[in-house]
Amino acid sequence: MKVRFQLKRGDFTLDAAFDLAEQGITAVFGRSGCGKTSLLRCMAGLEPEARGQLEVAGVVWQADSQCLPTHRRALGYVFQEASLFAHLTVERNLRYGWRRVAPSHRRVEWQTTVELLGLAPLLNRYPDQLSGGQRQRVALGRALLTSPDLLLMDEPLASLDSDSKAEILPYLEQLHRTLALPVVYVSHSQDEVLRLADQLVLMDDGRVLTQGPVARVLTRLDMPLAHQQGAQALLEGVVTRQDDADHLTEVECDGQSVWVSQLNQACGTRVRLSVSARDVTISRVPATDSSVLNCLAVQIEALEADLQPGHVLIALRLGNQTLLSRITERSRRLLALQPGDQVYALVKGIAVH
Amino acid sequence: MVIAGIAEADWIALLLTLRLALISTVLLLVLCVPLAWWLAFTPSRAKVLIEALVALPLVLPPTVIGFYLLILLGPRGAIGGALESIGLTHLAFSFTGLVIGSMVYSLPFVVQPLQNAFQSLGTRPLEAAATLRAGPFDRFLTVVLPLTRRGFLTAFVLSFAHTLGEFGVLLMIGGSIPGQTQVASIAIYNHVEALDYGAAHGLSLVLLVLAFSLLLAVYALNRRFRLVGVAQ
Repeated sequence: MKVRFQLKRGDFTLDAAFDLAEQGITAVFGRSGCGKTSLLRCMAGLEPEARGQLEVAGVVWQADSQCLPTHRRALGYVFQEASLFAHLTVERNLRYGWRRVAPSHRRVEWQTTVELLGLAPLLNRYPDQLSGGQRQRVALGRALLTSPDLLLMDEPLASLDSDSKAEILPYLEQLHRTLALPVVYVSHSQDEVLRLADQLVLMDDGRVLTQGPVARVLTRLDMPLAHQQGAQALLEGVVTRQDDADHLTEVECDGQSVWVSQLNQACGTRVRLSVSARDVTISRVPATDSSVLNCLAVQIEALEADLQPGHVLIALRLGNQTLLSRITERSRRLLALQPGDQVYALVKGIAVH
Repeated sequence: MVIAGIAEADWIALLLTLRLALISTVLLLVLCVPLAWWLAFTPSRAKVLIEALVALPLVLPPTVIGFYLLILLGPRGAIGGALESIGLTHLAFSFTGLVIGSMVYSLPFVVQPLQNAFQSLGTRPLEAAATLRAGPFDRFLTVVLPLTRRGFLTAFVLSFAHTLGEFGVLLMIGGSIPGQTQVASIAIYNHVEALDYGAAHGLSLVLLVLAFSLLLAVYALNRRFRLVGVAQ
């Protein structure tokens, strides 16, 4: 689905276009003020001045200034603050949208949603009797129960403390696995993007810089994400072995084995690993007598001077995936690293998502 | 005929007062919703001008408002004259004239609480309702009304009580025609003029008790409403 929107407000101009995947989570990522929330509001029809194009599930939502009113769009919207109706109980908040969708159009089950989001014990409470995390769960359930063709989420975790975030993320991940609908997830948290996103749309100053599969966009040396202090690469792999004695789990990434702290996952499960650029060092020879557990055979794809003086950023090819490494310019010179070289990546820390 | 120590004519004046207060308040509430909504959310520069106009009855002497309305609604006024020319009667010294006068006089008492309530509600609950498939009228009934009912209650009480105590505007437009334009406050004035202090006492006491019980009921209700008011 092609999405394109323009909006002028004061001296800020939004002019953004991207492809929306039919399924999975498309994260719209950028600094605050880059226009990502405005873009989401345009998609929801909440910006009457917007012009653009959006067609969802065969229905034209926007064509130039022709705009389908928000209440006629089959969307779910989760605001940054839960925005529950203060005068209604949780149950009546959930029923608000549910009642307004014709029974023949309901694809999301009431019972399933209430159970999935753990809402059953909250049904009789009022919003002001809920914690931030609980409120956001209700807001999510309320949006889902309208059986949307498109789910829009505007930094749903940004206003929560880290405990509430940790409480909600598993629900979001579960949704990610079970929902067959496109989700646009606006965020400025790299951690959320690493855990949830399939596609990544990178925005800056009202424009889309680039878009693509999240692992690809994160490691593009010509894009700002790779140059961030906490730049990370994303590896996908399959759990292949458990070593109970050493409390380690083997994950196979494109034919190479990676050991991580023991995971409570069955063999065959797909997992996401994230690796910080600063945790990857490079060696010309395989590191046989080193404490670093993971030594992967990779090929140098590209090198680029880092923003930090005296450092270079290197993209390393591992099968079809890419790792990032940040090393000093001196090391690069001493090892005479060039694009195309076969080297070994020594990976110190790996986080599992 | 005297009932409960008050003459029949005074009862009629009292009933007329209540009828006037009720009709003008209900009409005001309906008409002021769009105006207050516009004032709460418009980015227009005209807002300041309209706000000042709406607040004008707060500071103008009632006789000034009454005087202008009398001219406007009278047989040679812009409105009264127009009515006469199409075969209707002008509105000076009529109940309809009183209703219009009360509405002008109580306008700020309805607009301001509503505007405040709409402003503190904000647009977010409406946006949320729209994303949940509620159309504009649906949103007003199921979100705006329940969340701003304290504002509506305040507006109703202020306007109603204010109209009960109105004197200057009504005397100017309505005069003192018993059964048509003679309201309680004017009847009291007439009694005092005629040195009939007993009758003035009776009617005054009824108004005092009425106003006090009205406010008491509202404050008691407000304690309950506060639980689900706009304030988070």
